[in-house]
Amino acid sequence: MARYESLLDALGGTPLVGLPRLSPSVPEGAPAVRLWAKLEDRNPTGSIKDRAAFYMVREAEESGHLHPGDTILEPTSGNTGIALAMVAKLRGYRLVCVMPENVSAERIQLLRMYGAEILFSPAAGGSNQAVATAKQVAAEHPDWKMLYQYGNPANARAHFETTGPELLQDLPTITHFVAGLGTTGTLMGTGRFLKEKVDGIQIIAAEPRYGELVYGLRNIDEGYVPELYDASVLDRRFSVGTRDAVLRTRQLVEVEGIFAGFSSGAILHAALAVAHEAVKAGRRADVAFVIADGGWKYLSTGAYGGTLNDAEEALEGQLWA
Amino acid sequence: MAIEVRVPTILRSYTGGAKTVEGAGETLTALIDDLDAKHKGLKGRLITPEGGLHRFVNIYVNDEDVRFLGALDAKLSDGDSITILPAVAGGALGFAAAAALLGRPSKHLAAAVSTKG
Repeated sequence: MARYESLLDALGGTPLVGLPRLSPSVPEGAPAVRLWAKLEDRNPTGSIKDRAAFYMVREAEESGHLHPGDTILEPTSGNTGIALAMVAKLRGYRLVCVMPENVSAERIQLLRMYGAEILFSPAAGGSNQAVATAKQVAAEHPDWKMLYQYGNPANARAHFETTGPELLQDLPTITHFVAGLGTTGTLMGTGRFLKEKVDGIQIIAAEPRYGELVYGLRNIDEGYVPELYDASVLDRRFSVGTRDAVLRTRQLVEVEGIFAGFSSGAILHAALAVAHEAVKAGRRADVAFVIADGGWKYLSTGAYGGTLNDAEEALEGQLWA
Repeated sequence: MAIEVRVPTILRSYTGGAKTVEGAGETLTALIDDLDAKHKGLKGRLITPEGGLHRFVNIYVNDEDVRFLGALDAKLSDGDSITILPAVAGGALGFAAAAALLGRPSKHLAAAVSTKG
């Protein structure tokens, strides 16, 4: 079906496309190892976050915590803010985003275009500064409501009820699912669904490894583990640095014609690792991974051209995932 | 047997400011003991008094999280690269801010968060 009553009804149902050129070749007679990309950039605002944003708002409405005209406050560095801004606009809420100033210019323009208001926290202060800014804002506006994507079960449920079933329907022979680890909602929801339905499926996380300036932590006790995170859902977890993420993002567009953001490159890097292991072991594999968003919002970083060193430098201190 | 270990800024006070150090050991436990012998106090920042990996510390062997490779019993080989990092979510800044807000005694925020469908 390609006709919908409204934009929100067009959420999800994204294409799953094979990557015949990036999939590793196997020796004659050996079982096939195939890579499949789920194109989440085909969602209403162009990222996988539309699913979580819609679910979180709808559930807050249904449980009576959100009323028309309310202001939603959400600390976010990008796609969740854009997705929430669209949902808020269509459902009649005001959205205020608190975000660090070192995110790409496109994200800021998009947020404003969708009608969100932005309060910046200085990049130099890292997470501590983001905390201070958000606290100050919340103290001044105690009536603003936060959906808290890191601990909101509706975030993971969106993927349990939509992303997971879509993958299983399109690829019943799936052996691996690879996605980015941020709020952990995509991996927890999709992972739980697939583990219930597919024997032996491997759920694999790819997390971005930023330069330390980005973290700005002063103490090892200041780490953050989202409440949604349940390590038992995962089988493996890879840390992917900027250089590998950029390399794979470029390969996606050069080899398969898929123009994606850098977090998708990081995810592909982990997907290729498990695909090559399967080839080595002589095992059949259908590895599905997430294209979290398109590359449009990151063009201004300049990291799509020039040498890998240039790209790494361009992304230094940026939140690219 | 030489294993390169990348140390995060917040732990470099134990390594004399060194960004990478070398260690040896056939398991992660052995490696951490070896490191602690050379850099006194480092072990206490990585391992809890109960003997587990600290909740806010992530250790990666060749870019893979050791918690999925046997944790402290993970087998190591000559030439492996180890990275120690603080545990931080992908969208760390937003998360830090959001988590701090939840610590506030505000029933409005708590109400929005306790959403159940």
